[in-house]
Amino acid sequence: MTDREETFTKVKALIEPFNKKGVALTETTTFAGDLEWDSLIVMDFVASVEDEFDILITMNQQAEIENVGQLVDAVESLRNDG
Amino acid sequence: MTDPDMVPNAAPASHNSGGGRDLFSKFDPLIAERQALLDTGVRDPFAIVMDEVHSPVLATIQGKETILLGTYNYMGMTFDPDVVAAGKKALDEYGSGTTGSRVLNGTYQGHKECEEALKEFYGTRHAMVFSTGYQANLGLMSTIAGKEDYIILDADSHASIYDGCALGNAQIVRFRHNSVEDLDKRLGRLPADGGRLVVLEGVYSMLGDIAPLKEMVAVAKKHGAMIAVDEAHGMGFFGANGRGVFEEAGVEGDVDFVVGTFSKSVGTVGGFVVSNHPKFEVMRLVCRPYVFTASLPPSVVATAATSIRKLRHAGEKRAHLWENSRRLHQGLRDLGFDIATPEAQSAIIAVLLPDQDKTVRMWQALLELGVYVNMARPPATPAGMYLLRCSLCAEHSSEQVGQILDMFAAAGRATGCIQ
Repeated sequence: MTDREETFTKVKALIEPFNKKGVALTETTTFAGDLEWDSLIVMDFVASVEDEFDILITMNQQAEIENVGQLVDAVESLRNDG
Repeated sequence: MTDPDMVPNAAPASHNSGGGRDLFSKFDPLIAERQALLDTGVRDPFAIVMDEVHSPVLATIQGKETILLGTYNYMGMTFDPDVVAAGKKALDEYGSGTTGSRVLNGTYQGHKECEEALKEFYGTRHAMVFSTGYQANLGLMSTIAGKEDYIILDADSHASIYDGCALGNAQIVRFRHNSVEDLDKRLGRLPADGGRLVVLEGVYSMLGDIAPLKEMVAVAKKHGAMIAVDEAHGMGFFGANGRGVFEEAGVEGDVDFVVGTFSKSVGTVGGFVVSNHPKFEVMRLVCRPYVFTASLPPSVVATAATSIRKLRHAGEKRAHLWENSRRLHQGLRDLGFDIATPEAQSAIIAVLLPDQDKTVRMWQALLELGVYVNMARPPATPAGMYLLRCSLCAEHSSEQVGQILDMFAAAGRATGCIQ
């Protein structure tokens, strides 16, 4: 598995506790549209991603992230910065 | 020329002109949800009118004399004779308004007098009065942290803190509510360069819980951050001088900015930031929510200054407010209600209810019996909670607290919220 695939798998696992509707997760699954998350769920989920990868995703960066693939890219880029 | 949109009482179906989408269509789900709620026959919790206000704790609403238990008027200063007299005098001597910005024609002797009162109250070198507490937070957050800086805030921060961050250009990082460990971890992950501002609140107004400021301030200091504490709901009755939770926590020397409001314990309207930072006064030139708005009317700053001076010596009122808060908390628990905090941590007692329907019915039953409380619902509340929020006042008599408990018992049983 490449690093990105590994990150994708980990991110999917972190989404599951909040995936109340059992949506099938792909690169293009959107958080607001497909998963129907509100701001409170986003907060909890982002905190869990930050702790899993030991990174910070600022609210400014979060505003640009709409789907799972974009989040995986952001995590990859933040890990390489650190 | 007949423009259908100009006909009074025309059906508000569509206001599209040309091909564009109605900009209001994004609110359709909210409009529908609200209508469904009102269709069940309940009164609108967000459209109460106080027809007459008799005292800090008593008003007439739709012809019924009602005990006010949701006003944040903690110290009951709104009808204090000295405060009212100061306002009348200023109205006579300085007129009804300044019609100007603080940096142009809008700073009167009364504004300086009010800032002096704040400096004495907080024991700080600088004090800046804003037109509202909301603007004080907008101003501080948006001005002092630039694009390269970080603001680290509690997830349950007040809307004015979030909006101040949105107005500015700083990088915004959130930590889990009141978690010292979470704050520590996030500060530890910040890049070495760039300024850091940690924003905390003494009392969080939704649940009435207080922040572990001693521990949080220590962690923020360890990571070299500046610290702002919002004491909107703590001023007047925490700490030996009533300065707020940060005073009670013994961290006055480590807090860089205290933000506050005149619309709670002080009993009027307005906001402020106090600080000892040697360069603080430059804020008056660079802070847009301070510069680009009209200053408070002379009567308002006169009432605020008088009230702040009296709050310094309000030990007995403080003691009675705490007694009221503890008694209501214990009494509601004894009745079987679920309360957001294990004990009365502030003068806000938040009753947790299971869903919107029960919350609105309980709220209405209380109003019909003669007590007004705040209803709060998501997204204003954390974790999707439905709350009836009670805020006590030093002017509530012990007898009134007893009446409030009786009304909660009756309303709770009538709506099935308690056995």
